[in-house]
Amino acid sequence: MNKLTVSPSPHVHSGDSVKKNMYGVLIALLPALFTSLYYFGIGALIVTITSIVSCVLFEYLIQKYLLKKDPSVTDGSAILTGLLLAFNLPSNAPIAIIIIGALVAMGIGKMAFGGLGNNPFNPALVGRVFLLISFPVQMTSWPTPIASRLAYTDAVTGATPLGVIKEGLAKGDIMSDLLTKIPSFSDMFYGNMGGSAGEIAAIALLIGFIYLLMKRIITWHIPVSVIGTIFIFTGILHLANPNIYISPVFHILTGGVMLGAIFMATDYVTSPMSRKGMIVFGVGIGVITVAIRVFGAYPEGLSFAILIMNGFVPLIDKYIKPKRFGELIKPAKA
Amino acid sequence: MLKTFSLGGIHPDENKLSADAPIEVLPVPETVAIPISQHIGAPAEPIVKKGDRVKVGQLIAKPSGFVSSYIHSSVSGTVDKIDELIDVSGYKRKAIIIKTEDDEWEETIDRSPDLITEIPATPEEIIKMIQEAGIVGLGGATFPAHIKLSPPPGKNCDILIINGVECEPYLTSDHRVMLEKGNEIMVGVQILMKALKVNNAIIGIENNKPDAIKHMITLASKYSGIVIEPLKVQYPQGGEKQLIDACIKRQVPSGKLPIEVGAVVQNVGTALAVYEAVQKKKPLIERVVTVTGKSVKKPCNLMVRLGTPVSALIEAAGGIPEDTEKIIGGGPMMGKALSTPDIPITKGSSGILLMPKKIATRKPVQNCIRCSKCVSVCPMGLSPYLLMTLAEKAIWDRAEDEAIMDCIECGSCSYTCPSSRPLLDYIRLGKSKVGQIMRSRTK
Repeated sequence: MNKLTVSPSPHVHSGDSVKKNMYGVLIALLPALFTSLYYFGIGALIVTITSIVSCVLFEYLIQKYLLKKDPSVTDGSAILTGLLLAFNLPSNAPIAIIIIGALVAMGIGKMAFGGLGNNPFNPALVGRVFLLISFPVQMTSWPTPIASRLAYTDAVTGATPLGVIKEGLAKGDIMSDLLTKIPSFSDMFYGNMGGSAGEIAAIALLIGFIYLLMKRIITWHIPVSVIGTIFIFTGILHLANPNIYISPVFHILTGGVMLGAIFMATDYVTSPMSRKGMIVFGVGIGVITVAIRVFGAYPEGLSFAILIMNGFVPLIDKYIKPKRFGELIKPAKA
Repeated sequence: MLKTFSLGGIHPDENKLSADAPIEVLPVPETVAIPISQHIGAPAEPIVKKGDRVKVGQLIAKPSGFVSSYIHSSVSGTVDKIDELIDVSGYKRKAIIIKTEDDEWEETIDRSPDLITEIPATPEEIIKMIQEAGIVGLGGATFPAHIKLSPPPGKNCDILIINGVECEPYLTSDHRVMLEKGNEIMVGVQILMKALKVNNAIIGIENNKPDAIKHMITLASKYSGIVIEPLKVQYPQGGEKQLIDACIKRQVPSGKLPIEVGAVVQNVGTALAVYEAVQKKKPLIERVVTVTGKSVKKPCNLMVRLGTPVSALIEAAGGIPEDTEKIIGGGPMMGKALSTPDIPITKGSSGILLMPKKIATRKPVQNCIRCSKCVSVCPMGLSPYLLMTLAEKAIWDRAEDEAIMDCIECGSCSYTCPSSRPLLDYIRLGKSKVGQIMRSRTK
């Protein structure tokens, strides 16, 4: 007999791993990837591949040559960041810009803090917002769906529904006129509208959400509180004055709310640890998103909202703790 | 909907390989090594010396403090020596080593198989008999049973809860005891109820033992005040606080004992031992032990004399498999890895689990990805990721504030962690440090 191993309990493990979770999220993103390829064709393909390859490559190079650690690219987190970054870019984004975005996402967003698990902000969003501020023109020209399937940077572009409404209202247009210029709700639901490569089809993202819930990779708390808050907040505004404030259904179907709420805000590393904390976090994201969309300068505010709330996570975790055993039921005196 | 506890929990693979193996009596070994510390509390004090002749059931060590226990010889023969040897804790501790000759029992012990249901003893007499029979919690915690039966002044017990949960994967000793000694358990429960002066008892059994539930329900109908509660399979339901929560929806406050909410919990094996002690005058000298593992030839449940070396049990189960990497005393979640198979079986040994290398080896530790799974599975509502960090960085005051002492060491956090972080290892370290600090404060 060999020498016995002596180690403390537990002696068994669930078999769960970082890899399983990361690849689980990637699988959940497949429906959205397919819709993005369906509507934006070759452009979406180029953007996705460029983004994933550069994120993985940057993580590998930084770990190997800068941090001199064993590269951990196989855990899938860099692929995930790459895919999410691609989903947040227009499908006509130039390759050079994507590579810069990937470098910022991986280098500044993730590795500068010590790699997976240590980054306070969602790396893909750090990359995206950096690009949005640095290259506002390229980052806000949106290829029209289906028509631009065979085009890349030469695609015909238009505004996103959110952009149409925001600009129209700023110019003093009447809401009923503006509504005729945007796609129908069912088109939006199935993804037939201008927007970032992966954010358009609510249905595909919701299928991914169901998969994540079934695999117990995430819980419902963050997505439901983000979407719910946006819906209720914009719903109240809409009821107060439908001539200025558009329907809440429009708000939750546009501007990557589904993508952000289900896949970006739920990023393990940058979200709170307790259920209650997750709800506070989600409500915060919803409120900031609506505030930026309705009262701010940008037509879309979810990325900023998530990054701002990422910053509050340590505070949320400090003050909002899970309920302890013994606090739930008051001891019944015998 | 079956009842279960309200916070956290996991459901590991059950692997109850030996569930259908009837209890077999393991032959009395040539020598036994009976440790004087088989219970929580002060070690017992030997009252025999080298060369003494002892009978089965004869007292060989007596308690040396309030929380301590009597210890009896499990064989007849001659005391060979009193020596230090490695026990389940991994440390060398004192044990009485007896060379077996014949199998001569104390005359007072009733060895007939007849069931005696009449309970003539008074509550005080029962508690005394339980104490003198050396009965401790047989679920694994080994807390002396008579102390739980004597609530401190001002505290009142209104319900007895019997633990037939056996939530640890692999283990089946309680399951078999319920199937084969059900009547004795019922009388044992009645005795415990009488001792506690309560009219109600609940036996909690997890739903993965439908045969035991059915059998016990049939038996319980013949006894007054005993209810069988089938529970949803959820680890760690066998934890005292979890079981009380699951059965009667009362939560024991932090740092308090079950009596705080009017409950006393005893294991089914303990109820059987109580029956034998009170009705048959038989002290605790043997117990049922599951011998199991994925590569074990013949997973089984054995009735074993205390002090028998683990190696004898493994022999009876078909020998040590080639691929054995770990021998665990107890279950895979809370059991202790043994350093050698020569360790003796003690009052708290519920199982021997032989683990092959591919299950027993831990995976490399990765960064915490803050997935919050440890938080959601913690049955005490703690934040294991945070407790680990605080213990790692030696921030004891914050660890105390975060209720590190509430941890019941069930291991659900380490089991679940996708990054294979040794959460419980660090929490244990933290608990021992914080415990020291707290004790030094009251001095």
